[in-house]
Amino acid sequence: MKVSYFPGCTLRTKARDLDLLSRRCAEALGVTLEEIDDWQCCGGVFTTARDEIATKLSSVRALKAAKAKDQMLVTVCSACHNVIKQTNHAMQTDSDFALRVNNYMNIGDPENQPYYGETKVLHFLELLRDVVGFERVQAAVKNPLTGRRIGAYYGCLLLRPGKTMAMDDVENPSIIEDFLRALGAEPVIYAMRNECCGGYITLEDKGLAAKKSSAVLADAKSAGAEAVITACPLCKYNLEKNGGGEVPVIYFTELLAEALGIKED
Amino acid sequence: MQRIGVFVCHCGTNIAGTVDVKAVAEALKSEPGVVVSREYQYMCSQAGQDLIREDIRENKLTGIVVCSCSPRMHEATFRKTAASAGINPYMVEIANIREQVSWVHKDMAQGTEKAIILGRAAIAKVNLNTPLTPGETPVTKRALVIGGGIAGIQTALDIADAGFEVDIVEKQPTIGGKMAQLDKTFPTLDCAACILTPKMVDVAQHEKIRIFSYSEVESIGGFVGNFEVTIRKKARYVKEEICTGCGLCTEMCPQKKVPNEFNLGMDNRRAVYIPFAQAVPKVATIDADYCTMLKSGKCGVCSKVCTAGAIDYKQKDELISEKYGAIVAATGFNPISMDKFDEFAYSQSKDVITSLEYERLMNAAGPTGGKLLRPSDGEHPHTIVFVQCVGSRCEACAEKGKEYCSKICCMYTAKHAMLTRDKYPDTDVYVFYIDVRTPGKNFDEFYRRAVEEYGVHYIKGMVGKVVPEGGKLKVQASDMLANKQLHIDADLVVLAAAIEPDKSARPLATMLTASMDTNDFFTEAHPKLRPVESPTAGVFLSGACQGPKDIPETVSQAGAAAAKVIGLLAKDKLTGNPCVASSDELMCNGCSSCEKVCPYGAITYIDKEFRMPDRSTRIRRVAQVNPAVCQGCGCCTVACPSGAMNLRGFANDQIMAEVDAICK
Repeated sequence: MKVSYFPGCTLRTKARDLDLLSRRCAEALGVTLEEIDDWQCCGGVFTTARDEIATKLSSVRALKAAKAKDQMLVTVCSACHNVIKQTNHAMQTDSDFALRVNNYMNIGDPENQPYYGETKVLHFLELLRDVVGFERVQAAVKNPLTGRRIGAYYGCLLLRPGKTMAMDDVENPSIIEDFLRALGAEPVIYAMRNECCGGYITLEDKGLAAKKSSAVLADAKSAGAEAVITACPLCKYNLEKNGGGEVPVIYFTELLAEALGIKED
Repeated sequence: MQRIGVFVCHCGTNIAGTVDVKAVAEALKSEPGVVVSREYQYMCSQAGQDLIREDIRENKLTGIVVCSCSPRMHEATFRKTAASAGINPYMVEIANIREQVSWVHKDMAQGTEKAIILGRAAIAKVNLNTPLTPGETPVTKRALVIGGGIAGIQTALDIADAGFEVDIVEKQPTIGGKMAQLDKTFPTLDCAACILTPKMVDVAQHEKIRIFSYSEVESIGGFVGNFEVTIRKKARYVKEEICTGCGLCTEMCPQKKVPNEFNLGMDNRRAVYIPFAQAVPKVATIDADYCTMLKSGKCGVCSKVCTAGAIDYKQKDELISEKYGAIVAATGFNPISMDKFDEFAYSQSKDVITSLEYERLMNAAGPTGGKLLRPSDGEHPHTIVFVQCVGSRCEACAEKGKEYCSKICCMYTAKHAMLTRDKYPDTDVYVFYIDVRTPGKNFDEFYRRAVEEYGVHYIKGMVGKVVPEGGKLKVQASDMLANKQLHIDADLVVLAAAIEPDKSARPLATMLTASMDTNDFFTEAHPKLRPVESPTAGVFLSGACQGPKDIPETVSQAGAAAAKVIGLLAKDKLTGNPCVASSDELMCNGCSSCEKVCPYGAITYIDKEFRMPDRSTRIRRVAQVNPAVCQGCGCCTVACPSGAMNLRGFANDQIMAEVDAICK
């Protein structure tokens, strides 16, 4: 099957391997990620000001492009996923916002068809769980990660706000743990797995970011994790640069590629 | 043709101030069927009623229209007046020209016009009225109480003391309910067992009360005064009438690893057990899920040690059928599951517990013998954090919590905090709250004592995260008054979990056709004026199954429910309401529309033989209304597509005649 794919800026720069392995793993599982033409940055942060329109237009363009192909829109980066899903939700539920966005989109394009959030947005993990199915992932595993004790790190953007993201229980999530079990690894549950890494605060206050990140890794380590996995480039940056480096931090796709036996192609 | 008398009341100036009553009486004189039309200052007074009686005799009236106040006020009065003068009380109609006219209008001309129109509508209806006679049904003088907690116990005792027979059905092996698990009770701090267990003994010894323990209600049929109930007495594999409750079997049973539900799984019991020392009935029960003998046929230790010979591995469930005049729901509550509140690490740490578990830890008969010890390592905790409103007042998270306030948590948390500081002054106790809600006699004083005399740290704000780390619980919280983030290293965290109705309440409500709200609490017939009655006749509500309640409130409500039951059982016969639905069998096509909308379960279907015009016979399915169950709401008459369903006294043609008269 084919789905629309929004890589996002970071996957073109710092997180190239996340992009590469996502495409390769999807292909191995029978899903082709079709990159949207001329996509633009998602904006990085979903501004909660309801009258802020311009920063959300690029997300709407990506959503419309997927709608034109009648495909689901898949993202891998937690931040892109968060911004695009929240924008889509606003287009579905806030008629005033949708009207103003559609008015913008009409400028210079009188043929423009209005958009009201028809596209389904999925994170790559949701694609694995809900479309491919973890049991099919498990069946495709060539090198089971038996005995590997891995901690899932959700961070804050992947699941929150819970009702809009509608991905998993925000306080007691299980999607990455179920993913790890499908790969044959042993998930390590620790309390800080859905706490914030510090995010963009690292630009302003490195000390605070270090405090947040190191608390996460210390908790994961004391719970017995030999590594933690994440879907977010910013989380990975913070945990690695500010978190004390006690536990390796890797993208979830890297483990997936390893288990599927396609990491070194 | 009816001979109708119209009587227009002034109600002092209540009506006459805004309605020209003389003009109304005059205008209604010429309506069809009216033979006499008068006005009088106070129609409900003795003189006014005499006036009506006199006119009935002199003018040989067959119908009465009184233009006065709401029928809720004086319909019964004027019906009695008519009956005393020899005409059927259901030939009286009230036109409400006070609440619906004079009290809501200011303009005399407008008011008068509307009063005339309402009078005309009532006259049009009386023209089509027919005499109605209410039916009578006998009353079975026995009550059923479902649930044997403090609510059920109190209701049963009060009914039995009035001389009526009562059966209690309790699904657990013993009565006592949640109160039996509590340590002390607020606001007077008397021990729960000391005040509850004597009542349990009273129940056991009362000659009018039977206890069906380890039993559940299987089905309920019938109606008010005549319920037919089947009770499933589950096999306990012990002959109840022979067992002496000596407890030898519970000591000798080799299966020792069964989680003890009475202590909320904090310790273990045997496969054959008596829930606690003061259980009523004090009889052993074999847990079939764990008993080696029942599972594999190899063991039989309890049977060998039992000197009374009470063990019976072949015992089967028993079905008991009984008739009751009234049923009381007293199914109680449970704390909600903490599975979805993992921010408090309930599933990750043994030292994060619920308030009910804390209650068992403090109880002398609990798993620690009343010593406050951490479940993880048995050490004495020095810093304890209580979190209130876990799942209560949870508007934004309705999928995991409850929107309502659970009402009892503020008080029991104050109690826990106070008792902890009293027994262990070396502990630091924090309570996090949204609001402290302690209305009630001596309740707020109790809470103030916890703060002022016992030095409990009350902090307005919520706990956001609990992280177990190195034997400690790192509590992250906000202090909203100081606008600060707090970090507390706690040894024990206690969650005041929201309470919800017991899971058995929903299927019971279906069997009773009693209504429930969206939270599965039973709905009362009127929230203020009929708080212990269900809208379904003969069904009464006691305790937390109607809404969150503490013990004093539960006991008051239990007594009130008992009073209502006694009032019902004291009657030999029940006079029904004749204004009930009835189905015209010739027009009914058996579609079930009426049955689906009936809130009281009054409609059933029978297959009936009909003679066709060609003299052949045909069997058709037709609706039948049980007049004793029907409350006359009229839902079925609206739902019926063929117009077969009609409400006596409010028939379709009568309502249409009223509408026509108004729109003329």
